[in-house]
Amino acid sequence: MADFLPVFFVFAMGLSLLVYVVLDGFDLGIGMLLPLADEGDKNVMIASIGPFWDANETWIVMGVGVLLIAFPHAHGIVMTALYIPVTVMLFGLTLRGVAFDFRVKAGDDRRRLWNNAFFGGSLVASMAQGWMLGAYITGLDRSPTSYAFAVLIAVTLPALYVMLGGAWLMIKTEGELFERAVRWTRNALLPMGVGLLLVSIATPLVSERIAERWFTLPNAIGLMPIPVACAAAYLVIAWLLRRPDVLRGGYGHFVFYALVLICLMAALGLAYSIFPDIVLGRMTLFEAAAATSSLEFIFWGVAIILPLIGFYSAYVYRVFSGKATELSYD
Amino acid sequence: MDFDPVVLARIQFAANISFHILFPTITIGLAWILFFFRLRYTRTADEAWEYAYNFWVKIFALTFALGVVSGITMSFQFGTNWPGFMERVGNIAGPLLGYEVLTAFFLEASFLGIMLFGKQRVSNRVHLLASFLVAFGTSLSAFWILALNSWMQTPAGFVLEDGQFFAQSWSQIIFNPSFPYRLLHMLLASVLTSAFLIAGVSAWRTRRGVDGPATAKVMRVGVILAAVCIPLQVLVGDLHGLNTLEHQPQKIAAMEAIWETGEGAPFTIIGLPDEETRTTRLALEVPYAASLILTHELRGEVRGLDSFETHPPVLPLFLFFRVMLVTAGLMLLVSWCGAFNYWRGREPGPRLLAALSFMTFSGWVATLSGWYVTEIGRQPWIVQGLVGTAEVAADHPSATIAGTLFGYIGLYIFLLYSYVHALRYLSTKPARSLAMLPQRRSRDAQGLS
Repeated sequence: MADFLPVFFVFAMGLSLLVYVVLDGFDLGIGMLLPLADEGDKNVMIASIGPFWDANETWIVMGVGVLLIAFPHAHGIVMTALYIPVTVMLFGLTLRGVAFDFRVKAGDDRRRLWNNAFFGGSLVASMAQGWMLGAYITGLDRSPTSYAFAVLIAVTLPALYVMLGGAWLMIKTEGELFERAVRWTRNALLPMGVGLLLVSIATPLVSERIAERWFTLPNAIGLMPIPVACAAAYLVIAWLLRRPDVLRGGYGHFVFYALVLICLMAALGLAYSIFPDIVLGRMTLFEAAAATSSLEFIFWGVAIILPLIGFYSAYVYRVFSGKATELSYD
Repeated sequence: MDFDPVVLARIQFAANISFHILFPTITIGLAWILFFFRLRYTRTADEAWEYAYNFWVKIFALTFALGVVSGITMSFQFGTNWPGFMERVGNIAGPLLGYEVLTAFFLEASFLGIMLFGKQRVSNRVHLLASFLVAFGTSLSAFWILALNSWMQTPAGFVLEDGQFFAQSWSQIIFNPSFPYRLLHMLLASVLTSAFLIAGVSAWRTRRGVDGPATAKVMRVGVILAAVCIPLQVLVGDLHGLNTLEHQPQKIAAMEAIWETGEGAPFTIIGLPDEETRTTRLALEVPYAASLILTHELRGEVRGLDSFETHPPVLPLFLFFRVMLVTAGLMLLVSWCGAFNYWRGREPGPRLLAALSFMTFSGWVATLSGWYVTEIGRQPWIVQGLVGTAEVAADHPSATIAGTLFGYIGLYIFLLYSYVHALRYLSTKPARSLAMLPQRRSRDAQGLS
């Protein structure tokens, strides 16, 4: 149990953060696309995420929560080192979160202000998350190269979120807004692709340890499915986005699935690069883990309740399935 | 400027947690009130209950959103401001916070979508269930967080090895000595806060002539709920005080500014405690009263601040405790006058309406001052008697904390202003927009409106 539990919890943490990136990723992406739409479309776009965003955002609390619960020694180090980007992200998430309600409840004269807050909050939160991820991959290093690497991810992650947001709109909307979503997604494709490629090249350059792991035989061969799957997913997206007729024919959601595949592969690659460390080069997950008695107490909760959460989340998505038109309290 | 980073970290955390608590305090109570409105409508088919629900669910959604975003900030500030806390107490605090996320956060956040926007998409029964689960989730969340908070005040069920806490009995950790009192006290505070909010806003709308079809009914619910809960709250508060006297006597001594141990201690109604001279200036005292209240004997011995090695700062505890008591007194007066009025079969007159709208946010005042008493009353410890607050603070430069602190305070003032403004806006407008409901449904996408 003593060896199994830390691994179980690092898996739970990784899974929660991956789910967060996909689910709140499309929320934040739609937030960043907001200024491109007219007022009517803005309402539909926000309606397409309105019933879900709150639960989606809870996944980051879960991810950071697991870090705090299972790896309290690492939690302090990580959170202290990321003090500034975490604060910036929290400002962004706060503005984005309250803008959902304020833009329709504070009066028409303030609607523009809250639309801007929605956009600005989404953008700032996305970039800050990229910065945090970058700083984490470099082992919370403070050299100029590491900062440059963090900046690179800080501009790549928003592009990925915009793609997710556009793909979500292809699932949830129709008519002119659908066409616009296809265009927006197509425009974000190249920046995302270049960004991901640069990140993949830069990661082994900033970390010798990661380079060692990836570029020694026979590991390199076993790892080939990861880049190959990413490239294939990218090509599928590129092909689909040039065929609006295929997308309209009901294949729009494949863009979303292909993006999820890219996120999953990136997460697997990252996990392989870092395991068994929790703070790269400084602390392993076994060193950081909480006492076994505490992990056992929470293990049963996670093992029983997490599937239940997955079950009722799926139910909520089913209740609100189909094209989004309007949100009404009635 | 040369500020102590620990003080700055405390101010920052206090600013955030004070801002946060304003919103759950409303939503915990309001969620149950909304569930009650839905139940009444289902039972009686009286449209007024549905109007009441439709109006208040909008305010609930806004309040909930503010609670969520400020709550997320808090979950991060545990680590950014108090990294040492999780390193030493993580084995205890971690699982309690974990169960809050697992059992409560996901539940309320997921079913909130159905509660707010799903009425046309699910059956009435499922919608009732969703409303119930949201209310249940908010209360469950209070259960877990108060278990942790109470444990920090009255730690139990652990063993200490090399400065690290290890869990020994989870039932003793959760049901630690002060937990039942604190949980009841907080849940009643939430019900009272939301009761005065709905009564106050309804009174305000009636005075302005912008009341809707159910305003009078909602005001009645608020007033009667408050009138029933306030005596219960006084009773629970008294029991909580006696529990504190047993487990944290230095907190009581500071609350009452009792400087020296002695028999037949007087109760100081008001004054200005001064820690330098260890006296209370301009004190207005009632002889023997403190002994009578605390020991239920005229000449009972009461421990003073001189008998403790460390004790919390006296002035804030003394004053905030009195602010809470005065607010509670006003709540009792106004709600009982209102209930008496209803009992005589009359609707509230202009003076009562004015009093009720004046009391709209009284729950916030009482809740915040109560929390200041209990939290400042734990200082200089973060876990009473075992871990000092200064020991676990992060070593950020003062300038960094001060900079983000200004940012947070600016943001919170702006959000609080926007919240109250939106409450006013919604209270004025929907009376008209509700009447036009059927036409609006047919119109094109209206977003969340």
